[in-house]
Amino acid sequence: MQEVMPVTGVFSLLWLLIALPLVGAAILLLGGRKLNKWGVYLGVFTVLVDAVIAVAMLIAMMGNSAQERTFSQNQFSWMFAGNFKVDMAFQIDQLSMVFVLLITIVGALIHVYSLGYMSHDPDKRKFFGYLNLFVAAMLLLILANNYLLLYVGWEGVGLASYLLISFWQIKPSAAAAGKKAFIINRVGDVGLSLAIMVMFVTFGSVGFQEVFGSAGQASEGTLTAIGLLLLLAACGKSAQFPLQAWLLDAMEGPTPVSALIHAATMVTAGVYLIARSHAIFDIATTAATAVVIVGVVTMFMGAVIGSAKDDIKKSLAGSTMSQIGYMVLAAGLGPIGYVFAIFHLLTHGVFKAGLFLGAGSVMHGMNDNVNMRRYGALRTAMFVTYATFIIGTLSIMGIPPFSGFWSKDSIIHAAFESNTLVGVLTIIAAAITGFYMTRMAAMTFYGKARWEDDVHPHESPKVMTIPLIILAVGSTFLGMGLLFWGNIETWLEPVVGLKKEEIAIPEALLMAITLVLVLAGAAYGWIQYARREVPAIAPRGSWLTRAARQDLHGDDINDILVVQPAFWVSRFLVWFDGSWIDGLVNGSAAFFGGLSGRLRRYQTGFIRSYALSMVGGAVLVVLALVLVRLS
Amino acid sequence: MNSFPWLTVLGLVPLVGSIVVALLPKSKPALAKQLAFAISLAVLAFVVVIALQFDGSTSAPFQFVEFHDWIPAFGVTYSLGVDGIGLVLIALSAVLVPITILAGWNDVEEPNPESVGSVKGYFALILALETLMIGVFAATDVFLFYVFFEAMLIPVYFMIGRYGGAQRSYAAMKFLIYSLVGGLFMLAAMIGLFVASAQILGKGTFNWFALVGLNIDPTTQKFLFLGFFFAFAIKAPLWPFHTWLPDAAGASKPGTAVLLIGVLDKVGTFGMLRYCLPIFPSASDFYAPIIIALAVIGIFYGAFVALGQNDLKRLFAYSSMSHFGFIILGIFVFTSIGISGSTVYMIAHGLSTAALFLAAGFLMQRRNGSTLLSDYSGVNKPAPVLAGFFLFAALSSLALPGLVSFVGEFMVLLGTFQRYMWVGGIATLGIVITAAYVLRVYQKSMTGPVGNGLEGVKDLNGREITVLVPIVLLTIFLGLYPAPVLNVVNPAVDTVMTVIGATNPEPTVGLSSTTSEGAQQ
Amino acid sequence: MNPSNYVILSALLFGIGTLGVLVRRNAIVVFMSVELMLNAANLAFVAFARMNGNLDGQVVAFFVMVVAAAEVVVGLAIIVQIFRSRRSASIDEPNLLKY
Repeated sequence: MQEVMPVTGVFSLLWLLIALPLVGAAILLLGGRKLNKWGVYLGVFTVLVDAVIAVAMLIAMMGNSAQERTFSQNQFSWMFAGNFKVDMAFQIDQLSMVFVLLITIVGALIHVYSLGYMSHDPDKRKFFGYLNLFVAAMLLLILANNYLLLYVGWEGVGLASYLLISFWQIKPSAAAAGKKAFIINRVGDVGLSLAIMVMFVTFGSVGFQEVFGSAGQASEGTLTAIGLLLLLAACGKSAQFPLQAWLLDAMEGPTPVSALIHAATMVTAGVYLIARSHAIFDIATTAATAVVIVGVVTMFMGAVIGSAKDDIKKSLAGSTMSQIGYMVLAAGLGPIGYVFAIFHLLTHGVFKAGLFLGAGSVMHGMNDNVNMRRYGALRTAMFVTYATFIIGTLSIMGIPPFSGFWSKDSIIHAAFESNTLVGVLTIIAAAITGFYMTRMAAMTFYGKARWEDDVHPHESPKVMTIPLIILAVGSTFLGMGLLFWGNIETWLEPVVGLKKEEIAIPEALLMAITLVLVLAGAAYGWIQYARREVPAIAPRGSWLTRAARQDLHGDDINDILVVQPAFWVSRFLVWFDGSWIDGLVNGSAAFFGGLSGRLRRYQTGFIRSYALSMVGGAVLVVLALVLVRLS
Repeated sequence: MNSFPWLTVLGLVPLVGSIVVALLPKSKPALAKQLAFAISLAVLAFVVVIALQFDGSTSAPFQFVEFHDWIPAFGVTYSLGVDGIGLVLIALSAVLVPITILAGWNDVEEPNPESVGSVKGYFALILALETLMIGVFAATDVFLFYVFFEAMLIPVYFMIGRYGGAQRSYAAMKFLIYSLVGGLFMLAAMIGLFVASAQILGKGTFNWFALVGLNIDPTTQKFLFLGFFFAFAIKAPLWPFHTWLPDAAGASKPGTAVLLIGVLDKVGTFGMLRYCLPIFPSASDFYAPIIIALAVIGIFYGAFVALGQNDLKRLFAYSSMSHFGFIILGIFVFTSIGISGSTVYMIAHGLSTAALFLAAGFLMQRRNGSTLLSDYSGVNKPAPVLAGFFLFAALSSLALPGLVSFVGEFMVLLGTFQRYMWVGGIATLGIVITAAYVLRVYQKSMTGPVGNGLEGVKDLNGREITVLVPIVLLTIFLGLYPAPVLNVVNPAVDTVMTVIGATNPEPTVGLSSTTSEGAQQ
Repeated sequence: MNPSNYVILSALLFGIGTLGVLVRRNAIVVFMSVELMLNAANLAFVAFARMNGNLDGQVVAFFVMVVAAAEVVVGLAIIVQIFRSRRSASIDEPNLLKY
């Protein structure tokens, strides 16, 4: 356990990291249309300042010894009752630090890019407002020092994601996609809520320090429960099986959103959650195994979907799922894998953001068409986009010396350290990555032009290409930089732990096998999609292709298992409420109404019959009196 | 504590105001509105003054206590006093009344074929209702409470029956009969309580302080508890005593619905907390499993029915029923977290309901009062501000973290989980359905292509924005910093916990860890 | 003379009056039967006063007489009005006041 230091120096600005974009969001969302002109620059500015503060914090943190890099800032008591107390308190350590850097720097680049991408949108101030809201929530998620505050950020990013996916609300599909993302994420939130409750019931606290400090005293069953619940939460946020169905639809949002939220940062929050809670998963080995299984399944699902989609963004989304699958499975490996999960998360954040922004740049030049079958031969028309996209492609495929190679190779290595089967599976998935990324690049930039009639591809403006270039540089050097210069392993070790084990195969041989398989996959993709003619209408394809085009029937399964039954229940209860419960109420009213209808028949209006009943009554009374007297 | 009768004066201000407004000439409706609004603001200011004087740290839970004999022969006293729970609910009423008045500024226009009442009458009724709401939350005598409790029906009956929509007389009658039936049971139980107290103390009393901790025989408690609980369960409303609510909410003006659901229904949950638990502790314990089951059924039932509703007002009514399930659940798990959470949830629900009904009301006004969800689509395009507030209200209703409803909901769930793990776990699933029906409403009404006849919908005007902004600010502020509420509520909750003799479950390993840490230091 | 004979007479008169009210249709006759019942009650009161040796019954008898006089005034007025509008003094005909 590291020592927790009170904030000093630049770290006392911890709250400002969150407050700045939050204020930016508030101004942009409340300011109205007049902010369209200069408000967007405010949105960029807040995130840029955040990035500067983050870098300053990094420098300050590097100045401290490895054990003194955790800083905590307590603002005030948030919720309290009985023996329950949660503070509004922030904390930064090495793990949070790298996330803050990723979020602010990649976030800033995407903000800049959006200046160009959204320049014609009449609601662009709102767009930047939502983006700022997202950055604030994401930073809150990362900087919280307890699970409940993390939950606020967790839902905050979900909200921002919802708002941004359905940014073009006028399209029913966009509105539906946003709703779907929110509701599926809510299922994950149930997991997080329950995990927090179990923690409180077990440890009497929901703070990171307290929970991890006494994790060893809890029973393994309890920790397994917490671990599985956290896994459920991570599945929701990180689009892991079985809660993966929302991510592909989320591509309805503007492309910068897909890059920032649905590739680089938010969807990796699940990995952060698992890595952060490593103290629990280290003991709860069953839960950790479940994490690995979920990661492996999603890794393949994503890869298969990515290979079949013709929509460039959805194909990339499939690839995101698959890559996050890598991270999750690495995180499930325990101390062998945490560091590399985070490592891959960082490099992926950079190269996938670059790829998405590249895709956005292509769409920008192709009248927002996303169908790769109508692309082709774009490498001359938009050279910068092409070059940066190819760098990103090489990086994600894991070709040395690009960033992705180092991080992915580390994960494959870690997988072999733990379990040979998992290791083999990661290599196969890497080969599929080679195939689908080559396919994507080939369909977009090579082959013959299959453009629609009125399309005139052109390179995007500088404000969009410069972020692309910066991200491409990152995709090239970040891996080497983090591994050799930044010492990511020793940097993260104090937080998440690190363990190395020998493996049976020599390391060089493993690398070579991986590379050969990746290149084989790439070659197959090249032959299929660059050498041969790509039909403008998709051929029928095998059953797997057809299933993958339907997102492997994820929606259908959800529909049959959850959505339809929920609506049946709903319809049944509406009927039940109207005919039975309210029927009973109105029925009793009708009963008394009917009874009085019968009884009033005795009011005949004949005076003499009234007189007779009076006499009868009097006689009865007299009789009663006499009887009482006699007895 | 000074001896100024703060609460009596507080209650008299709106009553006098109501009479003055009612006596104004019919020809000056504008004056009536302005006067009513000014009076409600004065009451709010008064409540703020009281709240600032309230001392959350003392051991005496009840403050501003007043005590006078009323009917000495029956032990009836005129006694007032507020603890933290009563105070925050009075504050909630005082906040919502001016908002309702301002929101309903043009809801009642004189030559209205739909309603039969006059303009000034509507506002006079609101003010009269405010007096009764203050009285209900401040009474510390069961008889006095009952008087206020039943008297509240009168203004509400007229607000629905005279100023409501097409189904108004049916709804008003249903509301009245439901409430009267409940009230009758309570009356019977109250008399029984008087007799029971006479048997124990020698002289019967209705005074709350004397009745708490009376140790009534458990069998008697079970019967008396049911009488009180039945009245509160109808008011709250707990499943299956809820069917008056959708009708009443559907037939009333948005402002009436806000006061009805936002404040009046809280009297039910408040009553459970103030009367059922402390006076009948062993009966509460006995019935808790059944009530918890009904509350959980209510959570899901309300949510599922809301999912299938096409009528906006009825939908919100069912969603409120679901939320009330949470509140009742929190009360009857007997943990500090649960009860505090329920109280926060009452505040949160008052605010979120107000936001929902008012935003929806503004929307419906723009389409001739149609309440059907299917009549709306794509409103976000012509009226983005309206859509924004609507979304905020929706998010507040689904308890988005960072808003006050989350504080309440999470504490209720945590408190439940602490006591009954499975119940807490099941109830937590409710948040998914809540999200589903809330977002369904937003998606259907606000997004997509602009619906027929909605192209020219005007966005919110200044008055309407002024109405909604305070709610939004309070929701966010209390969500991030609920301490002002928790500080005054927690001592009151501790008192309740002591009276019913419940203790909070201890963490399973937390205890040992703190001791070991202490040893290390 | 034995006062109980007066009581018996009063009971007989009361029975006759009751029978008259129940079986006769003519309003005037019904009215007279009611008077007969009232006076039967008066007779009983006076007889009991005599038997108990105090004046309570006599006082009540005076009250009854006053009430009867007032009743006659109102009742006859109603009967006259009914007769005027309906040309009949039957009490079964004006049965509008019913369910």
